Amino acid sequence: MDQNLLRQREAKCVQEEPPGCTTACPVHVDVRGIVDAIRKNDYKTGLLLFNKVVPFPRIISRICDQVCQKGCKRKEIDEAIAVNALERICVDNMGEPKASSMAIKAKKDRVAVIGGGLSGLTAALELAKKGYLVVLYEATDRLGGSLWHTPEEKLPRRLIEDDFIQLKNNPFIEIIYNTPISNDRSSNPAFDSICADFSAVYLGIGSKEVLSLNLGLDVDQEGKVVIDPLTLQTSHPKVFAGGSLYLGEKGKSPITSISHGKIAANSIDRLLQKASLTANRDKEGSYPTLLYTNVKGIEPQEAVKCSDPIKGYNREEALKEAQRCIMCECLECVKVCEYLAHYRSYPKRYVREVYNNLSIVMGIHHANKMINSCSLCGLCEEVCPNGLNMGEICQEARRIMVKRGKMPPSAYDFALRDMAFSTGEKFVLNKHQPGFNVSRMVFFPGCQLSGSSPQYVRKIYKYLCEKIDGGVGLSLGCCGAPADWAGQEELFSENLENIKSRWLELGKPKIITACPTCFKIFKERLPQAEVDYIWRIFEQYGLPPMAKSEPRKLVIHDACTTRHEDCLHESIRNILLKLGHQIEELENSRQTTGCCGYGGLMMFANRELAQQVVDRRIKENQADYLVYCAMCRDNFVAQGKKTYHLLDLIFGENEQDRARQLGPDFSQRHENRARCKIAFLKEIWGENVAEEKMDIKLIIPEEARRILDDRRILIEDVAKVIQYAEETGNRLKDTLTGRYIAYFKPVAVTYWVEYSPQEEGFLVHNAYSHRLEISG
Amino acid sequence: MNKENKQQINIICDKCGIPLTPGKVTLSYLGSSFPVELPKCSQCGLVFIPEELARGKMDQVEKALEDK
Ligand SMILES: [Zn+2]
Repeated sequence: MDQNLLRQREAKCVQEEPPGCTTACPVHVDVRGIVDAIRKNDYKTGLLLFNKVVPFPRIISRICDQVCQKGCKRKEIDEAIAVNALERICVDNMGEPKASSMAIKAKKDRVAVIGGGLSGLTAALELAKKGYLVVLYEATDRLGGSLWHTPEEKLPRRLIEDDFIQLKNNPFIEIIYNTPISNDRSSNPAFDSICADFSAVYLGIGSKEVLSLNLGLDVDQEGKVVIDPLTLQTSHPKVFAGGSLYLGEKGKSPITSISHGKIAANSIDRLLQKASLTANRDKEGSYPTLLYTNVKGIEPQEAVKCSDPIKGYNREEALKEAQRCIMCECLECVKVCEYLAHYRSYPKRYVREVYNNLSIVMGIHHANKMINSCSLCGLCEEVCPNGLNMGEICQEARRIMVKRGKMPPSAYDFALRDMAFSTGEKFVLNKHQPGFNVSRMVFFPGCQLSGSSPQYVRKIYKYLCEKIDGGVGLSLGCCGAPADWAGQEELFSENLENIKSRWLELGKPKIITACPTCFKIFKERLPQAEVDYIWRIFEQYGLPPMAKSEPRKLVIHDACTTRHEDCLHESIRNILLKLGHQIEELENSRQTTGCCGYGGLMMFANRELAQQVVDRRIKENQADYLVYCAMCRDNFVAQGKKTYHLLDLIFGENEQDRARQLGPDFSQRHENRARCKIAFLKEIWGENVAEEKMDIKLIIPEEARRILDDRRILIEDVAKVIQYAEETGNRLKDTLTGRYIAYFKPVAVTYWVEYSPQEEGFLVHNAYSHRLEISG
Repeated sequence: MNKENKQQINIICDKCGIPLTPGKVTLSYLGSSFPVELPKCSQCGLVFIPEELARGKMDQVEKALEDK
């Protein structure tokens, strides 16, 4: 898989994007992290996260203008989280200021900072951290500028002092008090000489009028210094400016001033390092988040009030307010998909894992099972704000694995053998309607309906022959979906070519499918053919006369391969209404329906997970389900859900019992398909075909049959083992039970069978298999 | 191995009419192979792999080799 494509796909997943509060905050405080820490009663971590980006935590914890709240999703429901109050309780747990002793190598460049307000002080600290020698000119005898205008009860003076100790102790920062700077004769030094003496200058002199200072910088019509919003550069390339000078008296924002100090320090560093001033700076300051968060269903809840506004939140209040936070994240796909939830992460990581798995040359491919377990149903794409489809990625990965011979044989071999049966001579049939040498339409029932409910296949065909003039051909076979899902491109194309040539033989008739997957495959991969569903034919030509059943309340589970077939969804519902049933919809239906565990061959690659998928789906509604895919039916019924196939309601007798009846096992499916073909030949075309009989007679008690199916062992393989053992005499005997034990490897799997001769046949007790080959 | 040992006493080669005894067998899969000791007919070489072994340890080895 190509690196660029990987990046593009990874980028579609926004789960790791910072939430709106963090991106709205000009210095990107990790509010979600702080909230999480408070929830865990871990105020130390809360403070650490805050202090990581806010150089003056004590001050900001009291006076922050909370730009973050503009990005709070909670606002869409009630009101934004009281972020500053939460920060304050973290800071209130802060001890005395400690001297930090970081060993930094001094750079030769000196930078002047003019103005000791929040932006200038931040710029000074940031530049000092990078090793620049900073001279800070302050007009008054104290640092903090307009902070001192804040009422004392809101901002205790001690906090200002404590936060500024770090500046006074900093060996890289020299503070010169009582020195207002301008280009007036009284100014010593003059602004121009500072510009000449220092490598760069930061101007943070507050919102006062600047024209009278004669700084010689370009100003706009309102007399404000012209400042580039991205770099904070003025018309003088060495001079940068920000804070209230930029924001104005009305736009004052302490946290934005701090951010300006940081941005200017970055610009100055770039300037002095001769780097681009503008490259990759779109994520400095406030920016809109890319994170999607669904707030549907979240109950409104007012912000928690402080019982003592002077003291701020107590821990109980802080915890309550922290719990109000949604903890913004996306996970839209993970919420609706059992598979994505199963691996406990999210697509951004999964995409990377898939890619890494494909890149391994020597070593263990840990993600094989994950790649092979996806149902490829595409629900993730539907719910993802950016349309990321994990199925596409998994399918592509499977194709690559197959090409490289790295596909684990145990994943799909059994399913592919099933497909081989359905594309083989025992099932394939392609004929015009008797008495016709043309076909206007051709019925393609598919392998699963024929394997699961062969009786309906014949009834549908008879119906079509009666209703439609011009000849209705019959084509038995498999659309090749298993090969497509298993990543077997060659096998798929080969089968598709066969289908195509049979379709051409019949004179390019319109293909009528009864299986949603066949429909999808033909529509997408055989675009030259006109394809339709049997359901739409029923709607157009009228339901068969026997279609009657007592009215029921039915919950529709749409087949996942039909999610974009709006017309079909309508047809299904219309038919149900016509039959007098009451319809209930699942929350995720139609376009956002889920898979029954068969899609993508999930049930072969990861049976436990497929069962969880089914379990979740069938529990979404207590009422009986209605499906129109044979596999959905069999999988739901297998796990105890009363499920009607729409054909049960149209053709069925005793549909009530039928809705609970387990589907046939894998061996029976083969048998049903073979019988389906023979019955057609006999009944419709009057051909005299003998049913193929097995050479030996097997007696398989129900319990043994269950074991075989569970272990994915076909009766035909059991027969081969016994036949081999009886012909060659190569058999063991258990002297305690008197049973024979034999083993044989017809193709890739070695089968073991425990059996005893009984009358003319053989009684099968047990069977198991393995792929390791016995040699020597 | 205890359980297997007990079992192999019960298993005889029906063709040769003799009890199976521990013997060297090579198991191979996807290009890897390794020798193991299994109940085996000393005359004709027929081996016995008990169900627990096939569905337990051998299954794990198969999966591990498939992911290599
Ligand atoms: Zn022997």
